[in-house]
Amino acid sequence: MSNKQDSWGTRVGLILAMAGNAVGLGNFLRFPVQAVQNGGGAFIIPYIVCFLLMGIPLLWVEWSMGRFGGRHGHHSTPFIMESLDRRKFWKYLGVFGIFTNIVVAAYYCYIESWTMSWVYHTLIGTFDGKSQVEVAAFFGKYVDLDKSFTGIPYEPIVFYVFCLLLNTWILSKGLSGGIERVAKILMPLLVVFGVFLAYKGITLKAGQDGASFDGVLGLNFLWQPKFESLKDLNVWLAAAGQIFFTLSVGMGTVHCYAAYVKRKDDIALNAMTAGWTNEFVEVVLGASILIPISIGYLGIDKVVELTQSGGLGLGFKTMPYLFEQWGDVIGTIAGVSFFGLLFFAGITSSLAMGSPWIGFMKDEYKMGQNTASWTFGLVVLALGLPTVFFFNYGVFDEYDYWVGTVALVVFALTEIILFSWVFGLEKGWKEINYGADIKVPIIFRYIIKWVTPLMLIVVFAGSLITPEKGDWGQAVTELSEGRSWPLADGSILAKLANQDIDKAMAVAVAAGDQNQVAELEKKATYVNGSRAFLVIVYLLICGLVYIAYVKRKKEGRPIA
Amino acid sequence: MSNSALITMLIAQISIISLTLFFYRKVLKAPKKAEPDSYSENDDE
Repeated sequence: MSNKQDSWGTRVGLILAMAGNAVGLGNFLRFPVQAVQNGGGAFIIPYIVCFLLMGIPLLWVEWSMGRFGGRHGHHSTPFIMESLDRRKFWKYLGVFGIFTNIVVAAYYCYIESWTMSWVYHTLIGTFDGKSQVEVAAFFGKYVDLDKSFTGIPYEPIVFYVFCLLLNTWILSKGLSGGIERVAKILMPLLVVFGVFLAYKGITLKAGQDGASFDGVLGLNFLWQPKFESLKDLNVWLAAAGQIFFTLSVGMGTVHCYAAYVKRKDDIALNAMTAGWTNEFVEVVLGASILIPISIGYLGIDKVVELTQSGGLGLGFKTMPYLFEQWGDVIGTIAGVSFFGLLFFAGITSSLAMGSPWIGFMKDEYKMGQNTASWTFGLVVLALGLPTVFFFNYGVFDEYDYWVGTVALVVFALTEIILFSWVFGLEKGWKEINYGADIKVPIIFRYIIKWVTPLMLIVVFAGSLITPEKGDWGQAVTELSEGRSWPLADGSILAKLANQDIDKAMAVAVAAGDQNQVAELEKKATYVNGSRAFLVIVYLLICGLVYIAYVKRKKEGRPIA
Repeated sequence: MSNSALITMLIAQISIISLTLFFYRKVLKAPKKAEPDSYSENDDE
C-alpha cells in the first residue's frame, strides 16, 4: 500500500489515533466531576458495567461497520450504513456520522482554542498576581469578545481561527502523515504531562505553596465509595452518559478510521486496546489531577459548589490561580502542562472529527486530500463563528446539547439496530471476529443483540423525560395522582419547549425587570435560530448525499 | 486516605493499568499478517 494519505502507517499508530479520538477534555474535566457528584468511588461500578455492556460492544460494532464499509470503498457513515442494508433511508440516517462531526468540531475547536490561549497567557504571565476572583473573571471577559488582553483585536476569534487552521493543515497531510503522526507524538506527551500533574496533585501538602489541605484529601473525597448511590437510577444514567461521551461512540469517527483497515486485519483487539487506553487516561490520570489540586487549595465544600457548573469552569476559571501558588517556574510549567494536556486531548479528537467529511468528499466528489480538508475547515468556520460571537446567548450550549449529546445517542441506537437486527448478528459476529487477534467471548453476541440496544433505549428515554431534581419516585407519584410529569430543565422535552427560558422569563416579568425580559427574548431568538440552523445543515448534508447517490447510479458504481 | 477509598482506587486503577498493558502486549506480540495489509510502513518488508 503506497498511498500514505489513504492508509495507516502502523498498527500502534492506528490504535493511538483511535485512542486520541476518544481521549478528550472530558477525560480530565468531566469524569472527575461526574464521579464526585455520583457516589465517589462507587461510581466506578456502574461506570465499568456500562463500559463492558455498552462501550465495548459499540466499539466493536463501529469498528466492524467501518471495516465492512471500507471494503466497498466507503469512508463515511451514509454509504457505510447503506452497504449493510440496501434500503435507501439508511444513508440519510448515516448523515448523522458527518453532521455530528462538523457541528461538534465547530464548537469543540473553540474550547480547544481556549486551551491554546490559556497556555499563551500562562507563558506571558497574564495570571500572575491575580486573585481567584480576577482569574475567574478573565474567562467571562475573554468570551465576551469585548476586551483584548494582548492587544490582539478579537483575541478569541484569532485563537479560534488559528486552531482551526492548524487542524485543517494537519488533516491535509492525510492519515499516516498527519493524524497518525500527531497522535504518536501527542498521546505519549499527554501521558507525561498527566503523570507530572497527578504527582504534583497527590503530593500536595497542607501549608506548602499556599495549600490549605493535602491533595490526598481530594483523592479520598473522589474515591470514597458511597455504595447507597448504586440504588439511584441517575447514577447509572450518569455512568452510561460518561461512557458514551468518553469513547466518542455514536459519532461516525470510529467507522471512518476503521474503514482504512483491510478485512484480514484485526479490529477486535485494536478496539479493546484503544478503549482501555482511554480508560487509563480517564480513570488513572483524569481522576488524579483536577479534584486533588482544587480541593488542596479550596477545600471540599467550595469544590462541590464549583463543580455544580461542570468541569469546564473549574478547569479554566480556577486552575490557573491554583498553579500560580506554586511559584513562577513550577506554576508556569504546571499551567503549560495542564492546558497543553487539554490541548493535546482536544486536537486528537477534533482531527478525528474532520475525517468523515474528508472521507465523504474524497469518495463521492473525487476531491483530493488537500481540497477536502480545506472544505472541512471552511464549513467548520461557518458553523463555529456563531458559537464564538453568540456564546453568551446559548448558541454554544445548543450545539453541545442537541448535537454533542442527543444526536450521539440517537445515532448509536440507530447503528446498533442496523448491525444487530437488520444486517443480522450472524453476519455481524463474523465481521467482528474476522482476522481477530483475540477470541471475543461468546457472551458479547447476546450483549450486542439485546443488552446494548436496551441500555441505549433506557439512556435515551431517561434523557427524554428526566424528572425535576432527578427524582423519579416523586415524578411517578405526581403522575399517578393525575398531575403532570415534572420535567427537569435539562430533559429533551423540556429543552424543546424552552422550559428554562420560560421559567426565567416568568421571574423577570414578576420582578418587572424589563432589561432581563429583553435579554431573555433575545436569548430565545438565538436558541431557536441555532436549532433551525442545525436542521438546515442536516438537510443540506442529506442533499449532498442524495447528489452523490444519483452520481453513483449514473456512473454505475454500486453501493455494496 | 480512608481504607475503603484507598482500596477502591487501587483496585480500579491497577485493574485498568493491567488490562491496558495486557492488550498492548497482545498487539505487539501478534504475528504480522501477510502483505498487502492495512499498514504502509511495513510495505517493504
